[in-house]
Amino acid sequence: MDVRMHKGNVVMNTATMAYRNLLKTIHNPDSFMDVVIQPVMFMLMFGYLFGGAIAGGVRAYLPTIVPGILIQTMLSAGTGSGAQIREDLDSGVFDRFKSLPMAHIAPLAGQLFADSLRLLLATITSLTTGYLMGWRPAVGFKWVVVIGLLAIFTGWALSWIFALLGLLAKSAASVQSLSLMTMLVLSFMSNAFVPLHSLTKPLRFIANLNPVTYVITAIRQILATGGWTHEALLVVVFDVIIVAIFAPLAVWAYDRN
Amino acid sequence: MSTKNAIEVSHLTKRFGQKTVVDDISFNVRQGEVFGLLGPNGAGKTTTLRMMTTLLKADAGQVTIFGHDTVKEGRLARSMFGLTGQYASVDEDISARENLMIFSRLNGLSRTAAKQRTTELLAEFSLEESADKALKNFSGGMRRRLDLAVSLITRPTLIFLDEPTTGLDPRTRAQMWTTIRQLVKQGSTIVLTTQYLEEADQLADNLAIIDHGKLVKMGTPAELKEQIGGARLAFTVSQEDQVQPAVQLLTGQVTGVIQQTGQQLSVPLKQITQLPPILAALKQAQIMISHLSVKEPSLDDVFMNLTVGKN
Repeated sequence: MDVRMHKGNVVMNTATMAYRNLLKTIHNPDSFMDVVIQPVMFMLMFGYLFGGAIAGGVRAYLPTIVPGILIQTMLSAGTGSGAQIREDLDSGVFDRFKSLPMAHIAPLAGQLFADSLRLLLATITSLTTGYLMGWRPAVGFKWVVVIGLLAIFTGWALSWIFALLGLLAKSAASVQSLSLMTMLVLSFMSNAFVPLHSLTKPLRFIANLNPVTYVITAIRQILATGGWTHEALLVVVFDVIIVAIFAPLAVWAYDRN
Repeated sequence: MSTKNAIEVSHLTKRFGQKTVVDDISFNVRQGEVFGLLGPNGAGKTTTLRMMTTLLKADAGQVTIFGHDTVKEGRLARSMFGLTGQYASVDEDISARENLMIFSRLNGLSRTAAKQRTTELLAEFSLEESADKALKNFSGGMRRRLDLAVSLITRPTLIFLDEPTTGLDPRTRAQMWTTIRQLVKQGSTIVLTTQYLEEADQLADNLAIIDHGKLVKMGTPAELKEQIGGARLAFTVSQEDQVQPAVQLLTGQVTGVIQQTGQQLSVPLKQITQLPPILAALKQAQIMISHLSVKEPSLDDVFMNLTVGKN
């Protein structure tokens, strides 16, 4: 009998699954459209629509809106992962993954690692659009890279939550609509587009509870001061906690499916 | 016992809410045989197969594969079989070669071994020409072939096929049957589900008939066919006053019940060679007939026959 026993090499399995998802996106470049078009569209629309009203000009509004749209794009890229996982589960190919003697976290982790490419692309598009509209962070390129990485890591951590949603939901369509709502509420009920002091008391209370507010504040602080901050560290810790909670939950939901 | 069991299924039960989808099913699959699970849509075949292949947890009962419990030793059991699902369980968005490479790697083959196995399987299943095309452009038959090829990467000696030919045209179906027979020749044990009596007849050494989640009957195709009875001869007697003489004439010639609906008669045939004497006798008695047909037993007949009085 030629049966190769397998040691459950989690890293190897995950790398293979990430490669599979990368191949899928390379064969379907359309799947990148959302993360490329959305930040450009929002940056132009919001910048030119609200810039004058909120900050007295587009250029003055950019330091507010660039981090805001960056994080909003991360959120919506994360929702894409959830929908993709649901679609995969329904396609039958996951049956085969599950019947293979491999680590059960690999298909999920592979998907999310491959999706970090989407996050990277979304980050580059958001920041470049900002730059073309006149955004010039005074702190230099190094810190722009730092906030880019912070945003990607946050987006990646959040995508574990959307992955769990995807695994628990009944269809890809329901994941999409549920995620869209979550994304809209989280990004608008925060300091992403407007200064907090302009909000009414109850609204400000909600925005202060919203984790998105903290991520955006941390990014703005780094861009304003050109140094690593306490808040930024908190965001990283928070992201790690999210992964620590939601990755095992996602694997549990995957086994249950 | 001289032959070892590849699979032992005992008291397998699955409920979805209030509904019992698989109800206390037990059977054994011997090494080297083709075992067929035959039943209509929704009978519980796929659910049974999914529990046997560790994709679904049973509510009660046990499955062992080569002596290994699929729950307690799931990983070990999983490494011992290949599975081809009902819906093509290959990636639509990537090419045949990429599919084989990825599944080879996931099965623990090294990069070099994976490449070699991919080349072998592409050749074996005549997929070389389309190896680098996206699967979207594949025909149903090619997709199934790739699906089967993926299941065979580790050369498992036990292969599960869930409705391997559903939705295929007759020519592709025949190709699939040839492939399955070749696997048997190489010594594989095969468990397949099917809704086609003909397919079960062509391929299976042993059959379990499942209906409403229950195992209704087990046996070889020959045994089952005997149970169902063979083909039926149907014709219409042209003149009404000749119906009764025709029935009387044929009662002596065949065993079994002759069914009469108006001027239509349906006569059981044990063998097709009974046909000429019947026609000759009718001609001699100057009974005119029309609309003559011979009908092979269908799966419907099997269930009518096996589930009478049970539902």
